[in-house]
Amino acid sequence: MTLPAGTDAVRQSLASFRQEREADWKAFEALLARVEKRAPRALSEDELLSLPLLYRSALSSLSVARATSLDSALIAYLEALSLRGYFYLYGARRGLRQRVGDFFLRDWPAAIRDLWRETWVSVGLTVIGAIAAYWLVASDSRWYDAIIAPSLAGGRNPDSSVETLRSVLYDSGGDHFLSGFAAYLFTHNTQVAILAFALGFAFAVPSVLIILMNGCMLGALFQVYAAKGLGFELGGWLSIHGTTELFAIALAGAAGMRIGTRIAFPGELTRMAAAAQAGRVAATAMVGVMIMLLFAGLLEGIGRQTITSDATRYAIGGGMLALWIAYFYLFRMVRHGNG
Amino acid sequence: MATARDPAALIRPLVTPEGVDLRVKLVDAGTRAAAFLLDVVIIVVAAIVVTLVVIFGLGGLGVKEAEPLFIVWMIFIFLLRNAYFIAFEAGRRAATPGKRIVGVRVASRSGAGLTIDQVIARNLMREIEVFLPLSIIAARGGAGVADTLSTIFGLVWALLFSLFLLFNRDRLRIGDLLAGTWVVETPKFKLVEDLSQRQDPIAKRFHFSPAQLDAYGIAELHKLEEVLRRDDYFAMKAVAETIGGKIGAKVEPIDSKAFLTAYYGELRAHLERKLLLGNRKADKYAR
Repeated sequence: MTLPAGTDAVRQSLASFRQEREADWKAFEALLARVEKRAPRALSEDELLSLPLLYRSALSSLSVARATSLDSALIAYLEALSLRGYFYLYGARRGLRQRVGDFFLRDWPAAIRDLWRETWVSVGLTVIGAIAAYWLVASDSRWYDAIIAPSLAGGRNPDSSVETLRSVLYDSGGDHFLSGFAAYLFTHNTQVAILAFALGFAFAVPSVLIILMNGCMLGALFQVYAAKGLGFELGGWLSIHGTTELFAIALAGAAGMRIGTRIAFPGELTRMAAAAQAGRVAATAMVGVMIMLLFAGLLEGIGRQTITSDATRYAIGGGMLALWIAYFYLFRMVRHGNG
Repeated sequence: MATARDPAALIRPLVTPEGVDLRVKLVDAGTRAAAFLLDVVIIVVAAIVVTLVVIFGLGGLGVKEAEPLFIVWMIFIFLLRNAYFIAFEAGRRAATPGKRIVGVRVASRSGAGLTIDQVIARNLMREIEVFLPLSIIAARGGAGVADTLSTIFGLVWALLFSLFLLFNRDRLRIGDLLAGTWVVETPKFKLVEDLSQRQDPIAKRFHFSPAQLDAYGIAELHKLEEVLRRDDYFAMKAVAETIGGKIGAKVEPIDSKAFLTAYYGELRAHLERKLLLGNRKADKYAR
């Protein structure tokens, strides 16, 4: 051989590097394959304890291989293995039950509290929309058709008789498909709320418009009933589910506004970081909004048609509102440790 | 537009708490589209199957008794549309079935663990990226009022949002942007044989001088490894001729595989020894 002495020694040591550690890599790979398919409970205690050890061993093998070996297939294998291990060990670190618990006890109310400014704006916009529409319809009833599409009005318009209007409020609608109707309302309202949230991305303008429009429809409908002396009754009809539903939609709009304003005015963070931060708060709030809409759908589909007493309707609606406000703003979990 | 022509442009550092850079590779647009289409196919097939079951259920039960079934159906469709992505991506593998098939997953851009609110944020945005424009078109088409203008508007919208990831360096959807996530490759490689340990009686006959081994560097070594692993006769013959010409060795075409195996083994040992001595010879141009 014309080679300088030592080249063969290099070959030998790198071969033994691989031979000595190969068993560990294979064991780590097999364990990962098992825990990725099933819950970690499928592992024995020893296997569970060996997982981080094997991960660190794979990582150090990778560092050694990168520094000394030129076998690109080996390095690619170790990189892929370490990445899988990294995502497993540093990915979702908490169990599902704990995450759900955290959501209800802390994350959800905290996200809503965090959005308090946007929530006030959202509520304000609804009120402004309602007052404006009330005043517009009162001054010229043709505005009604412009605000509420005839297909949505369901025969309720300024020309309807008192009896027609009253029947909508108290007629149970023949009991058909009540819970089906609730499910439909829930899915429909949630889709609207998701839009109010997602469209906020466009610098909050569409969210503002959706919330304003929502308020307008409320005001227009109210004027029609109030003009016939049915304002109080309509209030009951609306409030049984409306306090929950309108609050939820206002929160969805607030979440959308948060995203839009943070993208427009990121402050000290980079635009990307600000968007990501706002997106996460808003997303947590949105899941809460969907839960609220589920309640609203149930109240609307079942409660509103079967409960026809004004007082009961107001009591349920007011009670729900008090419940939400207490839960979001008054009730705070004591934070433990690193909370 | 930064296209994925150069694969190295999609590699990002990911330093583990142990201090090792794992160099994640971002997924290119084509692969992401493939994964999304697979998911859409799964959703649509599931929706059709469930709808058929419900229709037959309705037929068999009569309208009155079918109500619970109708509710279940509606909630199922709703969940399919909104919870499919969230539920799968919140799981341990952070990937929908479509993403699993193409071998990718969602990861947090910060390198920390992916949290559930990130998964929710990135998937709710999908609503305006894809489903909203398409459902506008579908609804108008269903009502027979799909005029050209609104159809074009819907399509342009959907296209703009779905092509958004082509216009930024990190291949982010709007949802990724808001959630602080990105989609990375999680390839699975098998541990393959070490080529330099290959025993070949003919290869033992070849010997190389240090001058012959100095002709190439690490880049060429990796290309050579690729050719050997591919095991294509004509490619190996061509490469053996090139190398033989460069280092002044005569190679019979029939021996090209053995020659390359021998040269690979010697070259790697040669370069690895230099590496141990602190000299990384990147390619044949390096001194």
